[in-house]
Amino acid sequence: MKSKKWNLVLALLLIASFTVQAQITDKPNFGKIAIVDATIHTVTDGTIKNGVIMLDGEKIGYVGTDRLKVSDEYHIIQASGKHVYPGFMDSGTSLGLVEINAVAVTVDNREVGNMNPNMFAFTAFNPHSVSIPVTRVSGVTHVITAPQGGLVSGQAALMDLWGYSPDSMAIDITAGIVLNWPSIRSRGRGPRNLEQAEKRYKEAIRNLNKLLDNARFYEQMMSEYEADAFEKIKPEKNQQLQTMRALVKGETPLIIAVSSEKDILNAIEWALHEDNIPLNIIFAGVEEGWRVAEQIAKAEIPCLVSTLYTPVRSYDHIHRPYENPSALLKAGVKVAIMTGEVENVRNLPFNAGYAAAYGMGTEEAIKAVTINPAEIFGVSSLLGSLEEGKQANLFISSGDPFEPLSQIEQVFIKGYQIPMDSRHTQLFEEFLDRDATQE
Amino acid sequence: MKNIVNMLLFLVVFSVGSLAQEKGSVLIQNATLMTITDGIIENGDVLIVDGVITGIGTDLSAPIGVEVVNGTGKYVMPGIIDAHSHLNTVSTNEARNPVTAEVTMEESINPNSVSIYRAVAGGVTSIHLMHGSANVIGGQGETLKLRYGVSQDEMRFADAKRTIKFALGENPTRVHGQGNGIQPRTRMGVEQIIRSHFDEALDYRVRREAYLVAKEAYEGDRRGRRVPPVPVAKNLRYDVLNDIIDGEILVHCHSYRADEILMLMRVFNEYGIKNYTFQHANEAFKVAPEIAKNSAYTSVFADWWAYKFEVYYSTAYNATILNKNGVTNSINSDSNELIRHLNHEAAKTVRYGETSEADALKMITINPAIQLGIDKMVGSLEVGKHGDIAIWSGHPLSIYSKVQQTYIDGKKYFDMLTDPADMRIDVDSDDSYREAGFNTFIQGREEDACMSDVFQFIKQ
Repeated sequence: MKSKKWNLVLALLLIASFTVQAQITDKPNFGKIAIVDATIHTVTDGTIKNGVIMLDGEKIGYVGTDRLKVSDEYHIIQASGKHVYPGFMDSGTSLGLVEINAVAVTVDNREVGNMNPNMFAFTAFNPHSVSIPVTRVSGVTHVITAPQGGLVSGQAALMDLWGYSPDSMAIDITAGIVLNWPSIRSRGRGPRNLEQAEKRYKEAIRNLNKLLDNARFYEQMMSEYEADAFEKIKPEKNQQLQTMRALVKGETPLIIAVSSEKDILNAIEWALHEDNIPLNIIFAGVEEGWRVAEQIAKAEIPCLVSTLYTPVRSYDHIHRPYENPSALLKAGVKVAIMTGEVENVRNLPFNAGYAAAYGMGTEEAIKAVTINPAEIFGVSSLLGSLEEGKQANLFISSGDPFEPLSQIEQVFIKGYQIPMDSRHTQLFEEFLDRDATQE
Repeated sequence: MKNIVNMLLFLVVFSVGSLAQEKGSVLIQNATLMTITDGIIENGDVLIVDGVITGIGTDLSAPIGVEVVNGTGKYVMPGIIDAHSHLNTVSTNEARNPVTAEVTMEESINPNSVSIYRAVAGGVTSIHLMHGSANVIGGQGETLKLRYGVSQDEMRFADAKRTIKFALGENPTRVHGQGNGIQPRTRMGVEQIIRSHFDEALDYRVRREAYLVAKEAYEGDRRGRRVPPVPVAKNLRYDVLNDIIDGEILVHCHSYRADEILMLMRVFNEYGIKNYTFQHANEAFKVAPEIAKNSAYTSVFADWWAYKFEVYYSTAYNATILNKNGVTNSINSDSNELIRHLNHEAAKTVRYGETSEADALKMITINPAIQLGIDKMVGSLEVGKHGDIAIWSGHPLSIYSKVQQTYIDGKKYFDMLTDPADMRIDVDSDDSYREAGFNTFIQGREEDACMSDVFQFIKQ
């Protein structure tokens, strides 16, 4: 009876995809779903051939080989020859914050001001951005979406990519505060000479330290007041410092965007200063990480890196960008792969694929887009692998998901079987055979 | 000191290569040959003698003195051709007039840019070095072979067709209308700029030819009793426009929206212009039947979109739709990063719409060759064609495959086994500054590379 109902739903979905759609995206399936006979890449517990994975609502109910566990009430997805992976997570994007980068009024990731810890990406995240369906059908189910600009850009959010409100899509609205490390020199329009550059650098660090000192003081003052308000005057609220309380306690990470060798070393030195030891620091970008991988490893700072950029220095080896993640990994750094993209976050698997091909290996590169970012952002009990009890974020692929020749066939986000369409597929269906008429 | 050593090293390495367009010979044995035009040959051999492919088959033997490369387990395909590049331009845009047909990339080639080597290392052997898209009728392009380490002249692709850049839509209307307060400010203006300049060029031709006839008659009249004709000065811009009408120059038109693509085809049909290519053409899929009917070509990004408004309603399935509708399409880079892995960009056409692997490979080889008018010389493994090839470690559409060697005219320009880190010819004194600092975390894209050197002109 149940399976008949499902067949009807599927048939309707099929019809809907070939006719003019009243709504842009079809309804997802949700409930009890079992994917059977697949190769299941759990990430944390090996690969299971002819495996079964059962989705109970939002959670993964079972991962293993026991078909008998699949009762009649489950909708069965036959996936022999297919592969199941945990949904990929991109730990560096501005997805949902920027619709069209060249149209300024659609760009919501860059607030005016130099110190903006109280700007929340979550607030500006547009759950209806056209780029979101384009991204999720590629198997990328979660993103860190981050503000940009200034010295302290604001609070990045960890979002999943299925839902109709930022609230229903947010995993963590304070996933990290973004700090653009004050570079000794910025490309293009920088200071004229090294002396001036160092002067500016020191000034920026002074301002940063002052902000953090204020935040620490504010946190202490507030927590003392909150612990015992008796006969105390309520301190005035400062929204900027209020939003840094979790940061100075090491609860919210500090995501430091830093790339060149010299800047990375400066940032490490700063991170190891006794005042900053309580901070939970993550490096992002880190294009020259391979030059100082040992030092980064020693400081135990995880890194968010991409691969698809041109070699930084004109005399760098051609493969440096591709090899950077593996160099960091080999030194003992925890690495997550990101794109740094907005509309093309769907290229995350390809960024990871280049890392895989150039020293990292497929298995580690898969980790770098699943369990590693989940651990770095403190959500590994929920995301990042196929384990019982975790959220059902996964996708079915025809083969190695890093290969452009593979197809991502079905994506699930928190148990929802996502309609596999986007503006790109809709335009494809409409225009492939444009002038055809109905029979 | 290290730089000096490197420079000396280069003088040694390239002193041999600096002779004019040196050609080489090589035999690659027992590889999988992706011929492009004649299927896949397993366990095949390719023989290149003096820069030309002289044999394709099995059990070929090398003439005396010709290097033999064991290709077991490897794939050989023709060198990748990028139909849209600004890889090593000196300048890209002459952005001070909506029509600058007289301008050319001929002298705007930097032969020492290390980006050339990086592209060769991605299996690319030829590029179409283009003027930017600031102007409705921009400058003439230059088709290059990526012979790294030779002079500007020696980089030119001999006997390639002449080309010119046109540009529609946002870029010329932003630069000239929005930026400088002159036409075109709209797509209406863009059309009139094209029509009026072609009309002026045709009228000029009549007047100029009449003048030349009259001048000859006057100079031949020994009695000298007649009044000399009023001179009609030679106009290089109009000469180039007439060459376009005469089919001597191939138009490559930067365009995005479907309606502007249709507009240009209407205009070109009226002036009898054929064999043109729409570059970028993000909305070409909407008018694929019309493009096919006019035998026009397209050269597109694999997946760039949404960075500006005119590419918002686009799809990564563009290439597949065009291909299925019979349009000869190529995948280009327009980027010094994408050019490093155009094989991967082509592979995306398989993911987005299941273009066949064979057609995906055509989009970076024979199809761009057709669009540049060099398909009789390059773009496939065929006897008689140039020895421009790359050897790959695996199937060229796999993300795990790497270029092992790249040959141009049979001469090796890249070898992964002996690939040093520092491949600069020109040691840039500014490097110490640039390496000192930059931060990249999120890199939003606002523009295609066609707008280099332009923003200084835009007031906004």
